[in-house]
Amino acid sequence: MAEEVVIGAEGLTKRYAATLAVDHVDIEVHSGEILGILGPNGSGKTTTILMLLGLTEPTEGRAEVAGFDPLREPLEVKRRVGYLPDSIGFYDGLSARDNLAYTGRLAGLSRREIDERFAEALARVGLPDVGRERVGTFSRGMRQRLGLAEILMKRPSIAILDEPTATLDPHSTQEFLGMIRSLKSDGTAVLLSSHHLDQVQSVCDRVALFNQGRIVLSGSVTDLAQRVLGGGHVIDVEVRGVGVSDHLASIPGVVRVQVMGPQLYRVDCERDLRSEIARLLAPSSELTGIRFAEPSLNEVYTRYFDEVRHAA
Amino acid sequence: MRRSGSAFTGAGIVLAKEAADQLSGIRMVVIEALVFLIALVLAWFSTTTIRESIGESPFLFLRLLTMAPDPIPFSFIDTVGLVTPIIAIALGFDAINAEFNQRTLSRILAQPIYRDALLLGKFLARLLALTIALLSLWLLVLGVGFLRLGLPPSGEELVRMLGFLVATIAYGGVWLAVAFLFSILFRAPATAALASLGLWLVFSFFWSLVIKPLVATLIAGPPEDIFGPNLAYIQTSQVLDRISPNTLYAEIALALLQPATRTLGPVFISQLRGALLGAPLPASQSFILVWPQLTGLIAAMILIFAAGYVVFQRQEIRA
Repeated sequence: MAEEVVIGAEGLTKRYAATLAVDHVDIEVHSGEILGILGPNGSGKTTTILMLLGLTEPTEGRAEVAGFDPLREPLEVKRRVGYLPDSIGFYDGLSARDNLAYTGRLAGLSRREIDERFAEALARVGLPDVGRERVGTFSRGMRQRLGLAEILMKRPSIAILDEPTATLDPHSTQEFLGMIRSLKSDGTAVLLSSHHLDQVQSVCDRVALFNQGRIVLSGSVTDLAQRVLGGGHVIDVEVRGVGVSDHLASIPGVVRVQVMGPQLYRVDCERDLRSEIARLLAPSSELTGIRFAEPSLNEVYTRYFDEVRHAA
Repeated sequence: MRRSGSAFTGAGIVLAKEAADQLSGIRMVVIEALVFLIALVLAWFSTTTIRESIGESPFLFLRLLTMAPDPIPFSFIDTVGLVTPIIAIALGFDAINAEFNQRTLSRILAQPIYRDALLLGKFLARLLALTIALLSLWLLVLGVGFLRLGLPPSGEELVRMLGFLVATIAYGGVWLAVAFLFSILFRAPATAALASLGLWLVFSFFWSLVIKPLVATLIAGPPEDIFGPNLAYIQTSQVLDRISPNTLYAEIALALLQPATRTLGPVFISQLRGALLGAPLPASQSFILVWPQLTGLIAAMILIFAAGYVVFQRQEIRA
């Protein structure tokens, strides 16, 4: 991962009258990195995004986006950032091309650049033939893709995507996630806000978990799993045999055994017991695989908020 | 805190896009149809009446605008005074709230422009559309008058009519700014339209008839005292009247299109000494007479737009 910080915020705070929407948030995103921001509705994700874009003024704290202060130099920031809002809107009476040409001109692109980039961007988001069609006839999925095409036309160094897959069907979601990965491979840093934890896990390098306006956890999914689910090891065992559960449970250091499928067992251990498990099962069973289980962001998220609820 | 870059970066692009939208939209077709109808009907009947009943007059074209021709009960300036605010409100009532409702605002403002540019571009585009509608009306009346009367307007008539056109644009601009302000204040376009029309109704019908007499009486006493008319009441009443853009516009129309008009306030006998009653004022003198009203209309338009600007700058952009 490159070390250049393209989004940095320290103590970013936003207060609306008596409500503290964002409470001293620190964020760091590196170039070419995808940072996922998660959290319940109203936890401050969108307000943080708007402050980073210079669309709302922070009450306290400072931010630097692409080397510029969004509060004092919002035009410079907006020249370098592509933004896909959570519910994107277009001028329904205009064609896809006219919609994107308008924002392209506002972004400072020449007519020639718009012509060149438009077809390329539309092809990249899988809408190569709809340039002349009115956006009023587009489905929600097509609008999301068009929004992403707008970002691609701008060729920003940072893309901020707020709930980009919220209204998409599963197939479109997978395609959209592929497009987000392609942004990363272009070297674009991506700040992705989403409620879909599996999607965040599949594309993000790191995640930040928002709750009540604060970032309560941040790091890679593995880091978060260690911190939330505990310091133990989770091992997936693929094995064919009889009485496997009992055998596994009898190993000293095994805390819990879960049957995940006909030949798949998940073993929570106090330490790395892969060799002990293999040794014990080898004589009586057919062991086909043994590996550390990938921690699930869903599990981390659920466990964290369960603990918060219990603590309250 | 000072922001970098010009507040008007991108205003020209917004203006061009909005003007294209306005001029090519169905709304403009309806407005132009209305303008065409008004111009043709009023100009036709007015020229017929002039040809039948009025002989020589140095201001035939001005009569075209000020007379109520048979069988129509109102004149061209009455009609323009009525229709201009409606056109302006129709152009402005959904200027900003439509961006919220279409959820385009955050996408547009995420481009390198300030809100200032968006607001100014949108307002100027609508003012341009209004100007085009009023200019069409003006040219149509002039053309029909020319064809039907068989003579062109004099230079002085043309200057006075141009002044009247500018005043009508400023008057429309005030109502456009009002509709614009309500489009910022209210998310529902219907509410913004209703509020704008409601305010127009207040100034058109209730201000002079109900509100002004009541307030003037409270401030300056009854309209008549034991010595006759109460001058303080008359003066207070006039000041209150001039809060209404309709009054300012009516006074401009009166002074510019009826050249014999020498004053727009109360006149004392002593002030008339030496005056040739009924003699027309030169156009320059008429313009001096209406200058405060004209600048008042332009100032009102700017002030109302500025109020909308302040409100818009403070709004949260979440759509």
